[in-house]
Amino acid sequence: MITPRLLLVVLAGAALSAAPVSAAAKPRAPVTYTVTLKDMKFSAPPPEMHVGDTIEWDNQDIFLHSATAKDKAFDVELKPKARLWTTFHAPGTYVFTCRYHPGMTGTLVVRP
Amino acid sequence: MFMKAIGVAAVLTLAAPAAYAQAPNDAQIAHIAYTAGTIDVAAGKQALAKSHNKAVRDFAQEMVRDHTAVNDQALALVKKLHVTPQDNPTSQALSKDAAAKLASYAKLSGAAFDKAYVTNEIAFHKTVNGALSKTLIPNAKNAELKSLLQTGLKLFTEHQTHAEHLAAGLK
Repeated sequence: MITPRLLLVVLAGAALSAAPVSAAAKPRAPVTYTVTLKDMKFSAPPPEMHVGDTIEWDNQDIFLHSATAKDKAFDVELKPKARLWTTFHAPGTYVFTCRYHPGMTGTLVVRP
Repeated sequence: MFMKAIGVAAVLTLAAPAAYAQAPNDAQIAHIAYTAGTIDVAAGKQALAKSHNKAVRDFAQEMVRDHTAVNDQALALVKKLHVTPQDNPTSQALSKDAAAKLASYAKLSGAAFDKAYVTNEIAFHKTVNGALSKTLIPNAKNAELKSLLQTGLKLFTEHQTHAEHLAAGLK
């Protein structure tokens, strides 16, 4: 049974949820950035990325590569001309390398 | 040591000074580059057959995989360009020296083999990289061939660095 008091609470809640959200509070939409592997190098990482964002690994070389985090947070094997994606669910600084070509390195900084 | 003291360009001059009074043509360059790749694939396969060191085996696997990829690309390119790679004294000298090395290393085992293989890989890549940058790339006329050689140079430079790090870790 719905009492007048409960109805008031429900209506108030509905009004709050329908209220416009300010720009500052609006959740940030996830973004996908591309890191290319070309000429035995990783391209520069995005200047800023956040939890929920995705990196598209784009191997443009004719060689097998990988994008492998030193802390084992991710390990993506990339066949020649392949593209694969990694979504980041935790903030942190991720130093990564190619398992097959240790001279290839990069760093991603993921903010909350 | 295989090609330790003399580079491909020097071999080229020493092996047939009359034939190479002029710069090598694209067909010869393609043959030399392909031969160098084949030599390193063979060396890698020998290491995979003989070595029990994981780091050495991983490196050898990398050499086989990467040089095969470049050579496959080279074969596709010469087919597309209707160019027949032209055998030449440099390729012959490279192959002869490589065969002698393979025979010599076949007698080694364990750490002695690993050290010999990795040391030679450093010298080999250093020499090939020198030849690529000083002779083969500057003389390549076809843009696609030149581009593939440049890709090879970037790859082989990484290989050289990898081999140097590997050697530092071998006891």
